Amino acid sequence: MPPTSPSRRHLLASMIAASGGLALSPLLAAAPPAPLLTRPIPSSGEQLPVIGLGSWITFNVGRDPQGRRESVDVMRQFFAGGGRLVDSSPMYGSAQDVIGEAVQALKPARLFSADKVWVSGGARGMAQVEASRKLWRVPRFDLLQVHNLLSWEEHLPILLAIKREGRLRYVGITTSEGRRHAEIEKIMASQPIDFVQISYNALDRDVEQRILPLARERKIGVIVNRPFRQGDLTQALAGKPLPGWAADIGCTTWAQALLKFIVSHPAVTCAIPATSSVAHVRENLLAGTGRMPDEALRKRIAQDVERLA
Amino acid sequence: MSEWWTYSLSDFLMFSSRSYYRLIESYNAAIWPAHLLALVAGVIVLGAIARPRQHLQRSAALVLAAAWGWVAWAYHLERYAEINTAAPYFAAAFAVQALLLCWLAYRPGNAAPAPQPLAFGLSGLAILAYPLLALARDGGTWRQAEVFGIVPDPTVVATMGVLLAWRAPAIFWLIPVSWCLVSCATLMELKIGHAWLLPALALTAVLAAIMVSKKPRDLNSTADPRS
Repeated sequence: MPPTSPSRRHLLASMIAASGGLALSPLLAAAPPAPLLTRPIPSSGEQLPVIGLGSWITFNVGRDPQGRRESVDVMRQFFAGGGRLVDSSPMYGSAQDVIGEAVQALKPARLFSADKVWVSGGARGMAQVEASRKLWRVPRFDLLQVHNLLSWEEHLPILLAIKREGRLRYVGITTSEGRRHAEIEKIMASQPIDFVQISYNALDRDVEQRILPLARERKIGVIVNRPFRQGDLTQALAGKPLPGWAADIGCTTWAQALLKFIVSHPAVTCAIPATSSVAHVRENLLAGTGRMPDEALRKRIAQDVERLA
Repeated sequence: MSEWWTYSLSDFLMFSSRSYYRLIESYNAAIWPAHLLALVAGVIVLGAIARPRQHLQRSAALVLAAAWGWVAWAYHLERYAEINTAAPYFAAAFAVQALLLCWLAYRPGNAAPAPQPLAFGLSGLAILAYPLLALARDGGTWRQAEVFGIVPDPTVVATMGVLLAWRAPAIFWLIPVSWCLVSCATLMELKIGHAWLLPALALTAVLAAIMVSKKPRDLNSTADPRS
């Protein structure tokens, strides 16, 4: 999600104003009206909220004090709304340190820390993980993923060994924008991984053919990145009226409809939209509550998005 | 290493336009009033193009070398590296160009060139007009102005004007032109309207340099012994 999207903010403000003329800020500070839905991690049964928080671009604010304050506010609202999984990577610039600052300030009781190893060669992998852990200010990570399959043949055995020793809870692999799906499938079929992270949204649905069914078959959790195509999708839909089905599933914005489309897929464990806006965090969390679309409505959402975007 | 081929340009854009321009804004605030010094340095560069004298040429080359060195350290290493992991490599490239410009200042056989209106125009645009782009950009303010000698883009354009005026060999162009492509790619990914400007100026300068290189040098314009 882009850091600034006036149309979405406007829609949210309009929705709130229309629902009783209340001031924006007090309502935004309130908790979501319904509990955030959860899904079990297939390999363990542990429940995880269907909406997580990504950090690509949005939390890479360098030393900018204002950017860091805003990022802490985003994470505060995320945890207050029931969110748990925060995802980052050494590739994301200052994002890990920004997350660490928020973790130190907020001390979230139920953080699910998901990070990645992104370095060529297995020998340097653990040094990078330790550096990342220090930046996050956490005693250990819950989930470590091999970022974009970089040197996965070397990293994966090490991560699985650490998991066996009890120093890591889950292991996964990631890709994005449809890259190397054949190799992803091969690893899913042959390696005892807990999670796979892929790009999936109402327009990019290749994973429905093989990867999502394979994830169900192999009991692998699915984390979905780029749910809004890095903001392009919500921008393309901005100003287009929501179809009638949106009200049936409690959606007042396109962003919510797009997220509900993703997390209602039975193989998906959670989506990780990234944002630097507190209003968008709340909007995203609302998408993880209430009624979800059934298979017929999911097809219709995809058709409508394809037609309008 | 086959994995690297699967990355696209957008994968390496790690920051938003908001973070990018806020970084320039805080950098500008931190080093003010160094901008006034940079403006004086810019005037020396323009003077060297307008009045070709060997001592002016040498001063301008050293001014440019200092500007590239400063941008390498103060901008790329100290600031940009906070949000872009490639910034240390950019810093190294800018440091190399600073050394090349020192060499340009003192290399034997330098010829003082004839005045070049296009070269003057390019450097003038970079030094005097480039900061105004901040005001033309949607949401931009003068606090985010990109100033010659302070940030890369106007420094690079001003340098290309000088290289054109002095018929510098191709090796001096390599890093400035490469930076124009890098900066264009970054601004395009950030969806900044003037992303096309830098490569357009680079193309203009390179084409002009090729045309100028085919003309015989005016022997009467060699170094003025009074300098």
